[in-house]
Amino acid sequence: MDFSIASILMLDGVTNGAIYALLGLATVLVFTVTRIIFIPQGEFVAYGALTLAMLQTGKVPGTVWLLVILAVVAALMEGVARWRHNGQFGSALRAAFKTLVFPVLVAGLAIWAAPQQLPMGIQAVLSVAIVTAFGPLVYRVAYQSLESATPLVLLIVSVGVHFAMTGLGLLFFGAEGFRNPSFWDLRFPLGPVTLSGQMVIIFAVSLALIVMLWLYFERSLRGKALRATAVNRTGARLMGISSHSAGQLTFLLAALIGALSGLLIGPTTTVYYDSGFLIGLKGFVAAVIGGLASYPGALLGALFVGIVEAFGAFWASAFKEVIVFTLILPVLLARSLRGGHSDEDH
Amino acid sequence: MTMKNLPLWLLAAAIPLVAWLPLPDFWIIQLNYIGLYALVCLGLVLLTGVGGLTSFGQAAFVGIGAYTTAWLTLNLGMSPWLTVWIGLAITAVSALILGAITLRMSGHYLPLATIAWGLSLYYLMGNLQVLGKYDGLQGLKSLSIGTLSIGQGRLFFILTWAILLVGALALLNLLDSRPGRAIRSLKGGSQMAEAMGINTFRYKVTIFLIASLLASIGGWLLAHFQLTVNPSAFGLKMGIEYLFMAVVGGVGHVWGALVGAALMKLLDDYLQVALPALIGTSGSYEVIVFGIAMVLVLKYMPDGLWSMVAKFLPRSDRPVDWQNAAELPARNKPAMGESVLEVHQIRKQFGGLVAVNDISFEITAGQIVGLIGPNGAGKSTTFNLITGLLSKTSGQVKFRGQDISALRSRLIARLGMARTFQHVKMIPDMTVLENVAMGAYTRSGSGVLSSMLRTNRAEEQRLMKEAQRQLERIGMGAYLHEQAGNLAMGPQRLMEIARALCCDPALLLLDEPAAGLRHKEKQDLILVLRQLQSEGMSILLVEHDMGLVMDVCDHLVVMEFGTLLTQGTPAEIQASPAVRAAYLGTEH
Repeated sequence: MDFSIASILMLDGVTNGAIYALLGLATVLVFTVTRIIFIPQGEFVAYGALTLAMLQTGKVPGTVWLLVILAVVAALMEGVARWRHNGQFGSALRAAFKTLVFPVLVAGLAIWAAPQQLPMGIQAVLSVAIVTAFGPLVYRVAYQSLESATPLVLLIVSVGVHFAMTGLGLLFFGAEGFRNPSFWDLRFPLGPVTLSGQMVIIFAVSLALIVMLWLYFERSLRGKALRATAVNRTGARLMGISSHSAGQLTFLLAALIGALSGLLIGPTTTVYYDSGFLIGLKGFVAAVIGGLASYPGALLGALFVGIVEAFGAFWASAFKEVIVFTLILPVLLARSLRGGHSDEDH
Repeated sequence: MTMKNLPLWLLAAAIPLVAWLPLPDFWIIQLNYIGLYALVCLGLVLLTGVGGLTSFGQAAFVGIGAYTTAWLTLNLGMSPWLTVWIGLAITAVSALILGAITLRMSGHYLPLATIAWGLSLYYLMGNLQVLGKYDGLQGLKSLSIGTLSIGQGRLFFILTWAILLVGALALLNLLDSRPGRAIRSLKGGSQMAEAMGINTFRYKVTIFLIASLLASIGGWLLAHFQLTVNPSAFGLKMGIEYLFMAVVGGVGHVWGALVGAALMKLLDDYLQVALPALIGTSGSYEVIVFGIAMVLVLKYMPDGLWSMVAKFLPRSDRPVDWQNAAELPARNKPAMGESVLEVHQIRKQFGGLVAVNDISFEITAGQIVGLIGPNGAGKSTTFNLITGLLSKTSGQVKFRGQDISALRSRLIARLGMARTFQHVKMIPDMTVLENVAMGAYTRSGSGVLSSMLRTNRAEEQRLMKEAQRQLERIGMGAYLHEQAGNLAMGPQRLMEIARALCCDPALLLLDEPAAGLRHKEKQDLILVLRQLQSEGMSILLVEHDMGLVMDVCDHLVVMEFGTLLTQGTPAEIQASPAVRAAYLGTEH
């Protein structure tokens, strides 16, 4: 290996690492606020990339129909829950409507826009909107009534959601893979490596998202409310922060991050309906390296995972995944030796 | 035998019956699969349902068992009856490594590690030339005894289901034993178990090991059943499906594994045909149904299908067969007046907050000392520092002359210090008797293996006898077979005292024992405490009922805001203006 190959691998690793960083951040975010280990994070990635691919072909993406179905289920659950709570039909109807309105608007827009062959930028925004709308609905339908369950139960629910979302992905997108066109076709020679426009976009968007998340959690009241929920749910509820809306908001952010990640990687690799799982899990390994609690830790972990993967692919391409996923064991060992933390009931 | 084991006897009777029924071969094959899956799920029942841990790596362990026997029989021509043990050994080593790494940390690290591990093992199996890459290894031989081939039909059915039956029986035996009660305590957090002298980490590793060994045997059987192995049967998807089987069937029940495996296998077969036909293209759409069903089951039937059946099974009390059992060994007690506990300048800081500020006091044998003070004074924290539940920032604690400052709570318990908790910690789905028997954990020694083989009965009888004796002593003789979770608050606290007494302690620490007790029960409690005192036991008591404290204590230690306010006899304390000010405030 010479310097030029090493730098190409480095660049490749850091590019992938930037995506893993975003997914790792989403994982940490969801876990700290809701204690849910959100395995299906990667499904949002695949949904995002494939929704755009479908729009490119001028078809209405299957995710739109799924969104409508999910929104109806969520609205029914919301309405029934409200009706049971206070027995007022009007209020139940309002609650159901509130749940329904955004997803249905997005779906309507998508159905109208799909055959119009709009510019790719608009299709991208639409794809993000569709997938983002899934976030709160998934939380409402699968997790909300289990809020007080143990992390273990929530983890198993996550696995169930992952199964369902992967299967539905197959149903709506088919087994065929798609590679999206690049958002920016420019190439910049930079010493021994060539920086593509897509890479620049990946770095820029990742950085921007990380800064925005940081600002959101440090500077805005809503972000602080989420952090409060992460520290102490009961305490936060007593302060008037609803754990329901905190969970839905968190999932909204997670879905948004997932969809954006999907758009970012769409042009660099062929995405299949089940590609998201491995990509998401690598973000997950990054988050675990950061202890599932630290954003900078997840960021560093992600870059590490990306670089290890790139070099692993070069030396032993068949064992790339083995190397990345075995990596978690020494990391966990190190955490365990450092004392870890035990789960105690107080 | 009790009615509780009814399914066991039905199963035992059904094995030879089914094998000789004129069933079509297809159904025998199905039953073989169900038996294999149930064997793997059995491990998850122990690990997830009973122990509160979970693993997505069961399929990976199945893979280790399967690939080990496949490779060794194909390449070295070894006998399958030998390779099963080698597979078990390899499985044990990997399980111990994984467990040792992850089980000291929060509960969710084990599932995470098993996900990553299951994935990497899948890709490893799929890429190694010697294991035939994704095609796997073909051409295995059926199991045979001498010249008799077991094949894939009825003989294989008998073998698999006999192993399943033995496994289920061993697990049932284990769960109803000294180590089994320790395992059942893991789910509720480790504090109580450790305070009873139980090494919770060791038991977590143990159940993870047992679960993986069951999976490994399953893999061995599967390899010689399908006569071919390839990675897809051992990937993460299958690991998740095993967990799903256990959850649907009822992860807390041994028989849930069987129900879940049967349901999943049949459903899987049906959906794999029906869904593609419905949708029009081939593909594994059944995961949609499984995924949604998994969420629904966890929401609306968290105890699984078997719990529905279990409701209708007759329950019977544990037969009382221990009247003639020998007493458990008792420890030598300190002589009256000898120093039992010396607390010297102990301190606990949480960041900048000093919760306990250099507290010192002493207890001698036969003394009842009360630790009192307003809410938030640091009494319970002091308790936790003495019993080793919390680590001290500084200071020293001596118990019967031995420095125990640095010891963990379970080692302190072994020395003869027993405690109760301010918030009752128990195993709600065990009977009062079984809960109390946990207290005598350190006075007994039977392990996992002897419990599975049921050679521990004599010791079990001694444990139950001791538990009954202590319960009767504290006036709880009528509640022996009641489920602990059904008790009211007062009796729950009394049960904790009986459990602590089962430890045969020289020093008893009671954290608000009278909270929730009625007047009559309090009077009885005072009598019990006095009686214990007359037997030479020392007691340290945190209590808010001043009547009881003043009545029963010889010496009082008063805390306020983490510091020692004063100490002395009840009369002195009652007269102290400082104590009055602490409780009632000062006049201005």
